[in-house]
Amino acid sequence: MPYACNLGATHYVFDDLRALLARASPGRAGDRLAGLAAANDQERVAARIALADVPLTRFLEEALIPYEADEVTRLILDGHDGEAFAPLKAMTVGDFRDFLLSDEATTQALAGIAPGLTPEMAAAVSKLMRNQDLIAAAKKISVVTRFRTTIGLPGRLSVRIQPNHPSDDLAGIGASILDGLMYGCGDACIGINPATDSRAKALLLWERIEELRLRFEIPVQSCVLCHVTTTLQVIERGGPVDLVFQSIAGSQAANRSFGVDLAMLEEAHCAVRALNRAPAGANLMYFETGQGAALSAGAHHGVDQQTMEARAYAVARRYAPLLVNTVVGFIGPEYLYDGKEIIRAGLEDHFCGKLLGLPMGVDVCYTNHAEADQDDMDALLTLLGVAGCTYIMGVPGADDIMLGYQSTSYHDALYLRSALGLLPAPEFEAWLKTVGVMDAKARVRPSPASAARLLAGAL
Amino acid sequence: MPRAPSDFWDYLRDATPARIALGRVGDALPTRRVLEFQLAHAKARDAVETALDPAPLLAELAHWRPILVRSQADDRRTFLQRPDLGRRLAPPSAEALAPERPGAYDATIVIADGLSAAAAQTQGPPLCKMLLATQGLSFAPPVVALQARVALGDEIAARQGARMALVLIGERPGLSACDSLGAYLTIDPAPGATSDARRNCVSNIRPDGLSLEDASRRILALMFAARALGLTGTELKEDDALALEHIPNGLVQSVR
Repeated sequence: MPYACNLGATHYVFDDLRALLARASPGRAGDRLAGLAAANDQERVAARIALADVPLTRFLEEALIPYEADEVTRLILDGHDGEAFAPLKAMTVGDFRDFLLSDEATTQALAGIAPGLTPEMAAAVSKLMRNQDLIAAAKKISVVTRFRTTIGLPGRLSVRIQPNHPSDDLAGIGASILDGLMYGCGDACIGINPATDSRAKALLLWERIEELRLRFEIPVQSCVLCHVTTTLQVIERGGPVDLVFQSIAGSQAANRSFGVDLAMLEEAHCAVRALNRAPAGANLMYFETGQGAALSAGAHHGVDQQTMEARAYAVARRYAPLLVNTVVGFIGPEYLYDGKEIIRAGLEDHFCGKLLGLPMGVDVCYTNHAEADQDDMDALLTLLGVAGCTYIMGVPGADDIMLGYQSTSYHDALYLRSALGLLPAPEFEAWLKTVGVMDAKARVRPSPASAARLLAGAL
Repeated sequence: MPRAPSDFWDYLRDATPARIALGRVGDALPTRRVLEFQLAHAKARDAVETALDPAPLLAELAHWRPILVRSQADDRRTFLQRPDLGRRLAPPSAEALAPERPGAYDATIVIADGLSAAAAQTQGPPLCKMLLATQGLSFAPPVVALQARVALGDEIAARQGARMALVLIGERPGLSACDSLGAYLTIDPAPGATSDARRNCVSNIRPDGLSLEDASRRILALMFAARALGLTGTELKEDDALALEHIPNGLVQSVR
């Protein structure tokens, strides 16, 4: 079905919902690469004007990727909760933006509508929102998940320790973990990206985290971010797996390029649940996403990259994850060209994930072939802190020596918590105080005695 | 006698090239650390822009009659913004690869600049020579590829009649390593249609990461297993490859 808008003497026509969403999207490299972006700024605004008048119900009628051809579309439409959607039924996309920013959209109201929203509705409304709208609306949304720590409570910011090493050296990884703990990081998880997809190595890494956790009685959860099939083999061999990780995307074909499908994720979810390592009702999955993944796999079906990203969140929410984060600047300048595009995408992803009910974190990051630097990351980090971001990454000195990109550092986490008065997860905060890393004023200022104790225990 | 914390940090700092124990001023990094970071970033940015010089590579591999090819990305800017062009051979380069019958060779080795010419320049030739010297695998003439992405190897292998594409490619420069090489192995590649889940990767090949000897051992284990099983990617686990009997006796030892 075509959509149209008149601006002065110019009549703009958009062939279908896919084209309308793509033209309405704020400019970015990936959509230009795919030939989907608006030809100019006026066409972009025309698309937004037309999009504002589209009823939300339209997204239940016009699938962007055919239902028959794509299991993610089937998941979205079959799983749609009509009751939760009822309060929004008469709204257009423009009405929905106004609602999100209104006083009626309380924390409770927003939690209630989440199951009634499709990713396409979230993506659509985000395209009508300025950065401050994305921040203001996300800030009102509360998503709380639990394992050994409680993540996402108001006034809290969690951090994943990302202690990667180019050859998965256990001593080196241990050193980076200890460094992170001394900066008050680790309450989201200790999550290692292995340099290889070897199950033997993954098992050793899981055992290393487990050993540290038990020795220091740290309330943390462990993850080795290998392929889900590798994690399943580690589980079969009795490995101490807390969280199952997988990279996911917004179409069946894009997920296939990652070597996964929904059935495989279901199998992994069941396997990790059967380990019974977590308290009842705990969240056990960890997903990463990122704009451009589907296009990079040639599996975007003519859909813009931000909408494809939101569709990945439909995959994530099916498995009630503990953690989900977009790795926003990792993919490179072909998809997000510079700091401005990365900042916009980070705020969109955080907002859409939260709106759909996910515990959304962001890997605030960039590569050395993108037009971005630490100043851009400081801006995005601060904006996300204000928006109530669930967690960020903690990488020693912001330099991931294995993956070759820059993320946020342990120091960045200290800055953000201190600038905005945010605390770690409560269980982790209590532990930091017990071991003397956090002082009575909740500042991370390790006492020499506590440092010596932790370090001595680690050798 | 109890040791001072600084002794422990010295010990830990020796365990990893990661930027640990940087010190603090309040919550922030000390000035010296901020400037060190900026210098590393500047170097990495420059490394992305550096061009590969093919002449020494071709000279070093002359014994195996190497072939120089280019992708359809004409320059660095285009390469960075148009991944699709970096995955396709420029027409003259396609013609330079004489078409062979499928299965003429077990594999072809492509040394590609990718995002770090320095990695391909320094690690490419010695690793390539180690692999080419392997008994029990037949190799097409090696290829040096400019402005190349991993998937360019699919088209090269198809034209050369090689069943496997092994692409040795410069990885994106990081702050601490600008010369890291990655090896991507793909069996029966379909140009334009092979998904990344069908590739095996051995990464971080550089002096301070994975040594050439270890890399070569792991790549060969994957190649022999891939040839025997007819698959690469997430279905082929490196552990299984290293444990397989398909590797000729003594080979693993001989390439150490």
